Amino acid sequence: MTQHPILEIKGLHKRFADHHVLRGIDFSVAPGERVAIIGGSGSGKSTFLRCMNFMETPSEGEVWLDGTRIGTERNGRVTYPEKQLCSVRERLGMVFQQFNLFPHMTVIQNVMEGLVTVKGMPKAEARRIAEAELAKVGLSEKHDAWPGRLSGGQQQRVAIARALSMQPEVLLFDEPTSSLDPELVGEVLRVINTLAGEGRTMLLVTHELGFAYHFATKVIFLADGVFHEVGTPDEVLKNPQKPRTQDFLRRFGEFAF
Amino acid sequence: MTYSWDFRPVLEHFDMLALGLLNTVKIAAVSIVLGVLVGLVLAMMRLSSRRWLSWPAAVFVEFYRNTPPIVHFFWFFYAFPVLLSVSMSPYVAAVLALSTQSGAFYAEVFRGGIVSVERGQWEGGRALGMTHAALMRRVIVPQAVSRMVPPFIERSFELLKTTALASTLAYADLLYQAMLVNSETSRPPEVYTTIALMYLVLLVTASQLARLAEARLTAYQ
Ligand SMILES: Nc1ncnc2c1ncn2[C@@H]1O[C@H](COP(=O)(O)OP(=O)(O)O)[C@@H](O)[C@H]1O
Ligand SMILES: [Mg+2]
Repeated sequence: MTQHPILEIKGLHKRFADHHVLRGIDFSVAPGERVAIIGGSGSGKSTFLRCMNFMETPSEGEVWLDGTRIGTERNGRVTYPEKQLCSVRERLGMVFQQFNLFPHMTVIQNVMEGLVTVKGMPKAEARRIAEAELAKVGLSEKHDAWPGRLSGGQQQRVAIARALSMQPEVLLFDEPTSSLDPELVGEVLRVINTLAGEGRTMLLVTHELGFAYHFATKVIFLADGVFHEVGTPDEVLKNPQKPRTQDFLRRFGEFAF
Repeated sequence: MTYSWDFRPVLEHFDMLALGLLNTVKIAAVSIVLGVLVGLVLAMMRLSSRRWLSWPAAVFVEFYRNTPPIVHFFWFFYAFPVLLSVSMSPYVAAVLALSTQSGAFYAEVFRGGIVSVERGQWEGGRALGMTHAALMRRVIVPQAVSRMVPPFIERSFELLKTTALASTLAYADLLYQAMLVNSETSRPPEVYTTIALMYLVLLVTASQLARLAEARLTAYQ
């Protein structure tokens, strides 16, 4: 039996003025799937991910979350009520390349913020959850630190804890290790790996092809605004069928599986 | 021949100068408060994506930036009452001039603070599911405020000094009172040196207070 998709995209297009970045994408994610999205810089990987939680508004196409179409269509025009978008974003956690922690809040306040402000949870309860999430990413001793005082790897782990605190149904990672010094990449990937072990549904944009190979249940190579090649890690990363994919992987050189 | 300084005649009229100082502080305080309100409204209009809101606010701000402050005083004292057929006291006209002027500049300070917050902060909050209002209140404004403090203080000092123009409308501020004392004592060097020092003390005191406020509002940086 195939489970019905948690996230489904139909005919997605995205244009910035006359720059046609995404050119018709159909895609669905089943619960527990882990999707790695690879592709050249500027190919639209971030844009694709950001259309899922409406950080970018799709120019065309439909986004379905757990069987519900996002947006309301009237006379051929789709509008997205703020309330609905907020609840979609609450259900899809996002982790950014630049962390985007709140610098005027301590680490624990950062992790509590969504629970208190968005979910309206009492502070004491939010604190308990935040403490548990911080323990999970190995930062129990940093509760009261200012984010600006942490290393990039620690900041990104706080950002992951912040996303996890909301109990999202899907996690979106946009190059979570790309702005980190090489020696800090490992600690963040280990945390993401732990989440994989819990059976969470995740979409990961990454250039860490070795990690993608072990992490993903499905790999997508994005090029020219479409899913150029889709398959298992073995299919896409080891035996790519399309010349374009082979080229991309060759340019990335050797990566350890 | 050297001038022989004698401050006694001036000090005998010090109560008049003290009243002037009090009036200067009063008009500055009232105009700062009203200016902040005007500035908040203008800044929200300018930040709006609706052209019919942002455009008039931009025109208002540009108008004030590109006209001499004293013209605003004259306009509110001589022109405005004619248009509305009301009478206007020097105090009200001066407050209107000062608070609209400072409002125009505060609007730029407030807007500048908001747009200086990095895009990533908006995204971080939005990705958690915050509404626009919650995002503003919890994430953007607290960070913007700490960046607004230094330019806000600078503009407020500008306003404090501009209050002296109210004397041209015969509002009894420090400068106007000095002119009265001068006509009674005929001692311009002593009179104007005295009020220059009084302005100096006022501004230095205010800047000490401002520094305390700044330290509190920018604590996390
Ligand atoms: N807000 C935006 N406005 C205009 N162009 C954009 C915007 N965001 C992305 N783009 C453009 O869309 C293309 C894809 O960007 P992006 O999705 O960030 O690529 P990737 O993440 O694969 O590097 C790029 O050419 C980029 O310049
Ligand atoms: Mg990107």
